[in-house]
Amino acid sequence: MKYMLLIYANPSAAPQYSPEVQQAWNAVGEEMNAAGVRLSSAGLTPVSEATTVRVRNGKALVADGPFAETHEHLAGYFLLNCNDLDEAISWAGKIPAALYGSIEVRPLNAAAQ
Amino acid sequence: MTAAAQIEATFREEHGRVLAALISQLGDFTLAEDALQDALVNALERWEIDGVPRNPGAWLTTAARRRAIDRLRRASTQARYAVLPDAFAADKAEETEMESIPDDRLKLMFTCCHPSLALEAQVALTLHTLGGLSTPEIARAFLVPVATMAQRLARARAKIRGAGIPYRVPPADLLPERLDALLAVIYLIFNEGYCATGGDTLTRGDLCGEAIRLCRVLVALLPESAEARGLLALMLLHDSRRTARLDAAGELVLLDDQDRARWDRAKIDEGIAILDEALRLGAPGPYQVQAAISALHAEAATPEATDWPQIAALYGALAGMMPSPVVQVNRAVAVAMAQSPSAGLALLHRINGMDDYYPYHVARADLLGRTNQREAAADAYQRALSLCQNAAERAHLQRRLDEMLKL
Repeated sequence: MKYMLLIYANPSAAPQYSPEVQQAWNAVGEEMNAAGVRLSSAGLTPVSEATTVRVRNGKALVADGPFAETHEHLAGYFLLNCNDLDEAISWAGKIPAALYGSIEVRPLNAAAQ
Repeated sequence: MTAAAQIEATFREEHGRVLAALISQLGDFTLAEDALQDALVNALERWEIDGVPRNPGAWLTTAARRRAIDRLRRASTQARYAVLPDAFAADKAEETEMESIPDDRLKLMFTCCHPSLALEAQVALTLHTLGGLSTPEIARAFLVPVATMAQRLARARAKIRGAGIPYRVPPADLLPERLDALLAVIYLIFNEGYCATGGDTLTRGDLCGEAIRLCRVLVALLPESAEARGLLALMLLHDSRRTARLDAAGELVLLDDQDRARWDRAKIDEGIAILDEALRLGAPGPYQVQAAISALHAEAATPEATDWPQIAALYGALAGMMPSPVVQVNRAVAVAMAQSPSAGLALLHRINGMDDYYPYHVARADLLGRTNQREAAADAYQRALSLCQNAAERAHLQRRLDEMLKL
């Protein structure tokens, strides 16, 4: 089953960039590859670089910033192929951001499975 | 027992095991539930005429498998190109002996109590699938509209399938935490029935029996778990006092004031025997300690005969296992009984964060009264009264406050 692991975090809660931090992210990525579960993954730039687009009455409304004003922003994702929810939960717990943010585990819909 | 009552008792008894086996065979939670519902309707018609069969579980499993095949055939006719699972295409639906059907209820329990389901959904699903309680029965027991409960169950079923919640006994690395969650759900069901002072107490009292029944199944399927036995012992010991803790008017009677002759001796004896089995497994835990405390109360012929020093020591052990301020309050009360009111008071005053917890103020008031600090005791009773919602307990607190204010 395919699961999207969405990483939400408050940027101010994240640790400063360091080689150790990078190493922690690399390690989980390598472990996922070794297990053959990772389909894709990416980190996102900060929400200060986000643009929100809505089309209303046929007109595109473009605005600065993220869709929702929240403290925790979408910071990246992993797309994994797991046997079941327990496996996806266990990978989510290994993502470094789980220590200061939260990981939302969402199965892809039937059409995308 | 009338035929109808016997049929209903059989349904309740067999429901969990038959459903668990069906889910294993069909690999589909919803299909299994629907097929079993069909089979139950079937059984109701047939058994009223023919009587309950010798092996009702096997009868229901076979009938439900046939209904599942019917449902799959109908669905495949509609879908035209869908293929029936081989097992069912070849199925001759012969009478299966129940003994040959593996008992998969443990898988079902862990699936229903998966932490990705909301706690209230875990509780409802467990009662529905394993207890065989109907949606209206569960709705009544939890004082919510039937439509709300039906929706709660439907959402939970949809999530099991949609989110890929596994149908299995968790592997060793997950088992301890998942078992804790499962025990917590069973104990929550028990407490819903035990602590019910409002609503239909009779219906809610059935929840105690249901929780005990579920825990018996769990103990049989997971005999190496000391805490499962500990929980079963704890519930039996609490349940032995269930009728004695309410008076004729339905008001709460405190432990000291209960008529101990009304305690259920059979439940006490069984609870203590099961606790002994649990302790022999050599893996102590909070349920076993709480059961041991309950057993000491149960063994005391009079309130004065209670072994308070041992209860105080057990609360000390419990505080180490589950650092909860509530346990600290109970410990302080036990120490007050075992040593002196002032020793208990000293412990109470060391607990932080209890200002909104009325039993803390009740305990404080009682110990202040017993050390002749009547004004402080009256203040503490006032504080408890301002926090307590339960009418029976409020009446009791008001009486104690009046006593303190008398010269």
